[in-house]
Amino acid sequence: MADATTDLAAPTPGRLTTADGRPLKAALGRAQSRARRRAFLLVLPLLLFIVITFIVPIGQMLHRSIHNDGFSRNMPQLSQWFADTEPGTEPDEVAYAALAADLKGAAEAKTIGIVGTRVNYEMPGTRSLFTSTGRKARGFEPPYREAVLEADPKWGNPSLWGTMRQVSRAYSPNFFLASVDLARDNEGNIVRAPQERRVYVMLFQRTFLIAGLITVLCLLLGFPIAHLLATLPLRTSNLLMILVLLPFWTSLLVRTTSWIVLLQGQGVVNNSLVATGLISDANRIQMIYNQTGTIIAMTHILLPFMILPLYSVMRPIPPSYVRAARSLGASSWTAFRRIYLPQTLPGIGAGALLVFILGVGYYITPALVGGASGQLISNLIAFHMQDSLNWSLAAALAAVLLAAVLILYWLYDRLVGIDNLKLG
Amino acid sequence: MKKALILSTALTAVAFSAAAEQITVMSWGGAYTTSQVEAFHKPFTAETGIGVVSVDADNPATPLKAMVEANNVSVDVVDVNTSDAVRLCDEGQLEEIDPAMLPPAPDGTPATEDFLPGALSECAVGNIVYSMIVAYDESKFPDEKPQTIADFFDTSKFPGKRAMWKSAKTTLEMALMGDGVPAAEVYDVLDTQEGVERAFAKLASIKGDLIWWEAGAQPVQLLADGEVAMTTAYNGRIFAAAVSENKPFVPIWDGQVYEYDLFVIPKGAPNLEAAKKFVAFATGTQPLADQAKWISYGPARKSSAPLVGLYQDGQTEMAPHMPTAEANLTNALPSSYEFWVDHDTELEERFNAWLAN
Repeated sequence: MADATTDLAAPTPGRLTTADGRPLKAALGRAQSRARRRAFLLVLPLLLFIVITFIVPIGQMLHRSIHNDGFSRNMPQLSQWFADTEPGTEPDEVAYAALAADLKGAAEAKTIGIVGTRVNYEMPGTRSLFTSTGRKARGFEPPYREAVLEADPKWGNPSLWGTMRQVSRAYSPNFFLASVDLARDNEGNIVRAPQERRVYVMLFQRTFLIAGLITVLCLLLGFPIAHLLATLPLRTSNLLMILVLLPFWTSLLVRTTSWIVLLQGQGVVNNSLVATGLISDANRIQMIYNQTGTIIAMTHILLPFMILPLYSVMRPIPPSYVRAARSLGASSWTAFRRIYLPQTLPGIGAGALLVFILGVGYYITPALVGGASGQLISNLIAFHMQDSLNWSLAAALAAVLLAAVLILYWLYDRLVGIDNLKLG
Repeated sequence: MKKALILSTALTAVAFSAAAEQITVMSWGGAYTTSQVEAFHKPFTAETGIGVVSVDADNPATPLKAMVEANNVSVDVVDVNTSDAVRLCDEGQLEEIDPAMLPPAPDGTPATEDFLPGALSECAVGNIVYSMIVAYDESKFPDEKPQTIADFFDTSKFPGKRAMWKSAKTTLEMALMGDGVPAAEVYDVLDTQEGVERAFAKLASIKGDLIWWEAGAQPVQLLADGEVAMTTAYNGRIFAAAVSENKPFVPIWDGQVYEYDLFVIPKGAPNLEAAKKFVAFATGTQPLADQAKWISYGPARKSSAPLVGLYQDGQTEMAPHMPTAEANLTNALPSSYEFWVDHDTELEERFNAWLAN
């Protein structure tokens, strides 16, 4: 205490100190780091939230797309045999003994179904081979080769052993290959999937095409509306804004099913067309349960995501710029193209990006109104999540979709610049 | 004061949950869940005091697998079909159910002999036989009525849109039967490459007129809206719409594909003992017979059949509306789970590819 008083009374010349005698720089640093810590503590909940709900699940999903230990975990001895031998090795008595022991173990642990399912993904029709042989495995006695082959001669099939070798490693690129319609043959070469099973590449293309088309439609429809809202007096435009926001606040399912009511064969639109005599009763237009239905419903649902960023960019643009251009002799088209449009670009970019990315991942609307031709890649991801329960393939498909969107985002950043984005 | 308040609230909550034991049963929704609530849940609560919460899913096997894999099981009893029951059991995701705990028939026949063949398995107890049938809107065909499964695929003779379940299962079988394959040979044919081609070719012949449904309530809605003239549907839904809502819907039993629905208990069910009690109670002779009062699905116990009486309206005799009625079985296909556990990956994938292209 006495020291402090002395320091306070006689500060060292040439060095700035605080009232209690510490160097100003150190005190300032401490105060700032305390503020930083406090700020960090404030964002910590959000950070944890993002890590727990976003980064960890996505990481797990990406991991699942290359990792499936359904076979290796439950068939340890046979997996070891595959690891110890060269690809293409004929299965010997040691291999069959390992197979018999693993089948017995997996049948007792009730994991034989998991093993069969894993192999069945790569080689259809083998699942019951595992479960039925597993039931007999308890009685196997050496020589195991004869015992297993007697239980079911299908075990002698070389492509089955080739497939088992592939799935004996927990990490495998097979799901990614499958997600772009490729496969590995017995020798491990990458080949195209059989014609009748190729579907994913086509669906990826269709998804991006439809999302692009919807983005363009939203821009064409949304731009004039946003302009109208931005130029009307505030009182009127607020009223109109409610008309944009009301559907935005309405449940997605309600809006989608309303479109069904409107567009179906016996729906409002077709009935009015028939009533007014524009089309005959026999020639009702098929507007739903196909691609048309998907495009109409999704355009309507995503429209607010285009209008809102456009509006927020257009509102502060002073009308005097266009007036000045007009008074200097520009035609109305030139004034729009050279003066007004460039100023709205940040809004167009933000709206287009939002609509496109949401459109690429849409799944409920196409599932309800898309029929067969309006299905998108997200419907197949949902199918593998919910019906086939092949979560590894679902994860691989989702990862490809994510990568494609990130590439587009990067391209956008390079071409337009992400700083030019104005979301609201 | 505040602490005391929190403490007392917590204690009340604990006491309350201890007093009101309850289980959660997951099923397929709609008229089917209603029939289970009336025939199983309410009497069960009345007898044991254990409450039953009912939740629905499009296919309850899916959330079940997700729950078990995530180690976060919130349901106690789940209603699934045969192939899912077998598959989930093989993958170790279900509790085993000892048939000895099931009550015998009133005449003393043990449960193992009272259930229909295939209705009891290691992890599952059958409750009903349900069926996928073709149904049509009578008002759309004023003159000649469709009679057979082949008529479903004949859009020139019976014009109008069709709807089918968006799944390879039952759809491919029906396509083959529509193409003239007798029910007994369907799975032999479908096991060959040519058979699969033939089924897809038959579907392709009406692809332009087909709408695909996913949830069991959709086909009834599509018929009611006049969106389609004929559809495949679960027979109970068509019955419910025809009898209780007086819709002009007529079932075609020719080419029906029937199978069991079974109760299973997921591994890690929060109330295992109560769940077992529920399964034993609900699959008793009388509750199974009572269920038929609410929906036209056949009971899985032989001893229940004679007890099946009138529909809840008090005038419709239920027996002829059951998939298992003698007259309805002339060309009927029991769904083969052996076939589908092996081929579902391959054929569903191919079905999706065919659908999208």
